[in-house]
Amino acid sequence: MQLELSPADAEFRARMREFFTTKVPQEIRDTVLDGRHLTRDQIVESQRVLNAEGLAVPHWPTEWGGQDWTDLQRHLWHEEMQRAGVPIPLAFNASMIGPVIAQFGTEEQKARFLPDTANLDIWWSQGFSEPDAGSDLASLRTTAVRDGDDWVVNGQKTWTTLGQHGDWIFTLVRTDPEVKKQAGISMLLIDMTTPGVEVRPIELIDGGHEVNEVWFTDVRVPGDLLVGEPGQGWTIAKFLLGNERVGVAPVGATKRALAGLKTVAAAQMEDPMVRARVAELENQLLALELTALRVVAHSAGGEPHPASSVLKLRGTELQQAVSELALDLAGPASLASRADEDSPQEGWARRSAPTYLNFRKASIYGGSNEIQRQIISRTILGL
Amino acid sequence: MDFTYDDEQQALREAVRGLLATAYADHDARRRTVADEPGFDRALWGRLAEMGVLGLPFAEEHGGVGAGPVEIGIVCQELGRVLAPEPYLASVVHAGGLVAALGSPEQKADLLGRLSAGEVVLAAADTSPGGRWASRADGVRASVSGDTWTLDGVADPVVAGGSADVLVVTAALPDEGGTGVFVVDAADVERTGYAAADLSRAASVRFAGSAATPLGAPGRDLAPSIATISDLTRIMGANQSLGVMQSQVRATTDYLKSRKQFGVTLNTFQALTFRAADMYVSLELAHSMVDWATMTIAGGDREAVAEAADRVGLEVSRAGRHIGQEAIQLHGGIGMTAEYAVGVGTAHLEVLDQWLGNAPHHLSRLAGRVTDHELVEALS
Ligand SMILES: Cc1cc2nc3c(=O)[nH]c(=O)nc-3n(C[C@H](O)[C@H](O)[C@H](O)COP(=O)(O)OP(=O)(O)OC[C@H]3O[C@@H](n4cnc5c(N)ncnc54)[C@H](O)[C@@H]3O)c2cc1C
Repeated sequence: MQLELSPADAEFRARMREFFTTKVPQEIRDTVLDGRHLTRDQIVESQRVLNAEGLAVPHWPTEWGGQDWTDLQRHLWHEEMQRAGVPIPLAFNASMIGPVIAQFGTEEQKARFLPDTANLDIWWSQGFSEPDAGSDLASLRTTAVRDGDDWVVNGQKTWTTLGQHGDWIFTLVRTDPEVKKQAGISMLLIDMTTPGVEVRPIELIDGGHEVNEVWFTDVRVPGDLLVGEPGQGWTIAKFLLGNERVGVAPVGATKRALAGLKTVAAAQMEDPMVRARVAELENQLLALELTALRVVAHSAGGEPHPASSVLKLRGTELQQAVSELALDLAGPASLASRADEDSPQEGWARRSAPTYLNFRKASIYGGSNEIQRQIISRTILGL
Repeated sequence: MDFTYDDEQQALREAVRGLLATAYADHDARRRTVADEPGFDRALWGRLAEMGVLGLPFAEEHGGVGAGPVEIGIVCQELGRVLAPEPYLASVVHAGGLVAALGSPEQKADLLGRLSAGEVVLAAADTSPGGRWASRADGVRASVSGDTWTLDGVADPVVAGGSADVLVVTAALPDEGGTGVFVVDAADVERTGYAAADLSRAASVRFAGSAATPLGAPGRDLAPSIATISDLTRIMGANQSLGVMQSQVRATTDYLKSRKQFGVTLNTFQALTFRAADMYVSLELAHSMVDWATMTIAGGDREAVAEAADRVGLEVSRAGRHIGQEAIQLHGGIGMTAEYAVGVGTAHLEVLDQWLGNAPHHLSRLAGRVTDHELVEALS
């Protein structure tokens, strides 16, 4: 056992820190550091800066822009990005569909999609969930029926994050209603400008528009846009969701948010009750960060460390707890959440209630925390 | 950065686990041992000495093995796993730690040599009745006349104080001279032994003009060193708690799989499996912090060790409450019985915390420093 980073890893971390803090536009980083909303253009610009340096998709196979890093290096990359306020590369592209196409796609699909996906020339959306298929994703009903070389898609997806910006959507569709429900699912890539695709906004409790319904009415999808084999969709989805959970504990961003509160609410740091809450959260975040390090230091090459399920569960709980503290520190100022920019209330305080409400999502999506408890109790504890 | 044990450390774990399994695999054996004085198994203590476990932290020139904090942590975890009542933390880590840090070369060779060989049991007397965790003594006062030192006052609780042959006592020096540390022959004091909630032993020790030998050079204020040894003991106590919690999570999981009610095993009920999952979460987070704090010791920086002791103390106390309480609850009535290890384990977790530093204590210290830094860093 040894605590220090090796000289090579320390040098790696310094290199990441240097790049992120000097090459990604300050304006974009300030937006993240202040907790304001990024525009589509800012997200795209930032990812392109990273991609030009080979830092947007380091976990992909090297032939498609990956870096062959150790898990620890990936962890350091991810943490330093959050610390510097650099937007994490769009998850739908970098963590979800990219690795899927690299693993299951045809050579033609790889060449056609991977470079554009890495560079965010294509903005992907994730079309998995449906009104009646959430945690029980395999019960999805959107159908794709063969017609000549094409598939004809009908149905409805929901909760499609940032679907209003989406160029393409990767979907799970039912291609065989006769077999066991998992076996009848396939994955299709759909151009969102195809006739019959309609995106409708959903307003969330924070007043924001980040999710959508996506409707498919007789949408014709060319046969070469099927990923893998018909009926392989469930296997592909499990692969994708496994990746989705990696790096899902936003330790760096949560630490930064908590440190920020100590500055913006400096006067309240005299209150022993507040100090105790901050100290408790800092300790819990340290334990979580160390657990993330234990997991990456362990998983070199082999099976993921069993404690990795702890990361999503606890990471989202702490993210939510810090947003609760911000709301409590803001107090009456938090009522001004929909006031104009020239409000006399400070920005962090005005954003505290929407942020608190918005982060309730963290324990629901990406495999809800109940589903994480299920994974721990079944697969780790054998219950 | 590396959180795994090397082959030698793994071998040490296996060896200690093997020895303890022959003694305490069956919880009844522990119950029989703690029922009678001295509250632990002297034969097992001797075998731990033969294996080199008692001398693990001490330099070879003083009869020890010269191992590092990770090895000592491994031993503490294994002791915790079976709730071994042997006074390793009190005698080797705490009292032995004071001697190793403060003693003259002769004192170290003598006391640590005999401690490593299992010939004497040491106990640290550093708490006054009603007192809390402090590096400044107020319950015992030292007086000097010529070269002769004597002590007066009361120390309580003195963990392992009843069975100790030698006491390592913190005492207020004359004329506001700070806190000194003294070696006292247990035959020269009045002791009243008792059992704590987990049936481990402590004692009330009364000094009445008791002859005392200063540890190291006389008359120095040793409060900073006392604090550091307490911090090291806190971290090793956290290792011991980790062992207890690992056993409790395992026992609870096994129980949920085997106990039948309403015609099915308890793991059929999701309300229960989710609570077990949350116990696992607490366990793994505490485990990470214990490994980190233990590795921090090797860096040798006093302030870093103090910080680590507070952080691991808070985390392990919180986790211990959660896991200990849930372990009993999910076992139902059997968890309440003395014959079953889970309830005693919960008592042991509390005894460790209240002895070495509980969650409010550590939290209060961390809260006091909260504006001294921007972020808390895992990797410096
Ligand atoms: C902001 C946001 C963004 C999202 N973005 C996307 C996206 O881009 N693309 C996409 O495809 N999906 C997206 N989702 C959908 C998300 O994956 C689902 O919301 C999630 O899987 C939960 O499904 P559900 O909402 O239908 O809840 P349900 O599955 O109906 O669950 C309701 C409650 O019951 C619990 N529960 C369910 N099953 C069990 C069980 N077996 N045991 C115990 N408890 C259980 C759940 O944890 C939850 O608390 C997003 C969701 C949100 C909120």
